[in-house]
Amino acid sequence: MTYIGIIITFVFISNFILTQFLGLCPFIGVSRKMDSAVGMGFAVIFVMSMAALATWVIYHLILVPLSLEFLQTMTFILIIATLVQFVEMVIQKISPPLYKALGIYLPLITTNCAVMGIALIAVRSNYSALESFIAGFSAGVGFLLAILVMSSIREKLDTEWVPKPFRGIPIAFITAGLMALAFMAFDKALLKNLLG
Amino acid sequence: MLHEFTKGLLKENPIFIIMLGLCPALAVSTQVVNALGMGAGVIFVLLGSNIFVSLLKDFIPEKIRIPSYIVIIASFVTIVDLVMQAYAPSLSRNLGVFVQLIVVNCIILGRAEAFANKRSLAESILDALGMGIGFTLGLLLISLIREVLGAGTITLFAVGSFDGVIRIPWLSSFPARVIGLATGALMVMGYLKALFNWLETKKEQSRQRDAVRSGL
Repeated sequence: MTYIGIIITFVFISNFILTQFLGLCPFIGVSRKMDSAVGMGFAVIFVMSMAALATWVIYHLILVPLSLEFLQTMTFILIIATLVQFVEMVIQKISPPLYKALGIYLPLITTNCAVMGIALIAVRSNYSALESFIAGFSAGVGFLLAILVMSSIREKLDTEWVPKPFRGIPIAFITAGLMALAFMAFDKALLKNLLG
Repeated sequence: MLHEFTKGLLKENPIFIIMLGLCPALAVSTQVVNALGMGAGVIFVLLGSNIFVSLLKDFIPEKIRIPSYIVIIASFVTIVDLVMQAYAPSLSRNLGVFVQLIVVNCIILGRAEAFANKRSLAESILDALGMGIGFTLGLLLISLIREVLGAGTITLFAVGSFDGVIRIPWLSSFPARVIGLATGALMVMGYLKALFNWLETKKEQSRQRDAVRSGL
C-alpha cells in the first residue's frame, strides 16, 4: 500500500476509536475539556509513532532472526512501557513546558490499547519500518481528530439539558456512536476512488 | 469470603460499573461465540495473574511491581493466544489482535494492583473468578443485544449436525444491521450504562425511603 493509502486508512477508514474501539478508555475519560483532549491527542501521536517504529525494530531485527516470535506480546508491552517512561523522562529534561502539558497523560498511555494495537497491526500487515512509523503516526492523528471533535461536542453538551440517567458517560457513548455513523462514509471504496 | 466472588458479578461489574476493559468488550461483541471465547480468555488470564501476584506479593520489590505484573500477565496472554491458535483457529481469527490485547486490558492489571497484591490466595482466586465471570456476563449481554437485533441470529459453538447458529424467525429476515456495526456497539453501550445508572438511582431512592421510614 502507498504511504498516502496508509495515512487515509488509519486516519479515516479504520479510525482506531470509531471503527476499531482501540483507545476507548482515554477517549471517554479525557474528552471532557478541549485542552486536555488536545494534550492527550498529541501525547498519543508521539508515543504511537515511536512505539510502532521501536516494536518494528525489535521484532524484525531480534525476534525474527532468533525465531522467538511467540514472545511478541511480552516484548511489545515491555517496549511500550519502557518507551513511555523514557519519553516522559526526556520531555521532562528538555522541555518542562511540554512536560507540564503532556506529563499527566503519559503514564495513562501505557495501558492504552491503541498503542499496543498499532504495534500488533503493523506486524500483522507486514509493514516496512517506514510504513510502520507512518501507520503509527496517522493512527495517532486519527485519535487526535476523534477526541478533538468529541471534546468540542461534550463542551456544548455540558450546557444542554440531558435526562439524568444519561448524564456523563452514557451520553458520551451515544455521541461517539453518532460520530461512528458519520465515519461510515469513509470506506474502502473511497480509497479506491481517491487513489485509482 | 463469598462476597469477594459475588461483588464482581453485579455490584462492581467490570464493564458496567467500574467501566474497565471496554475496548475488547465493544470490539468482539458482534457474535455471542466471540464474547464467550473472549470471556474465557480473560477469566484464564485474570485467574493466573491473580494467583501469581498473590503468591509472589512478598517477593516482588515495591518499585518494580507494575513491570513484574505486566510480565506475569503477558505470559498468561501468550499461553491463551497460542492455545487458541492451536485448538480454536476460527475463534482466534475472529478475535484477531484482541486476544493479544488482553495484556493491556485494565481489569487485569487493576485487580493485580488493587486486590491480589494485598490479599490471600483464596480471596484472590475468588476475586478473579467473580470479576472474570462478571466481565463475561457483561460481554454476553452486549453481544446478545447486538447479534439478535443486528443479525437476527445467536451464534454458539457448532456441535454435530447443529451448525451452532440459532436463527430468530422474523428478525433474521429484517435485521437492523447498523447495530452490528461500530455505531451500534457504542450506542448499545451508552443505553446500557444509562439503564444501569437509572437502576442505581432507583435503588438509592428506595434505600433512602426505607431509612426515613425506619427513622420514624
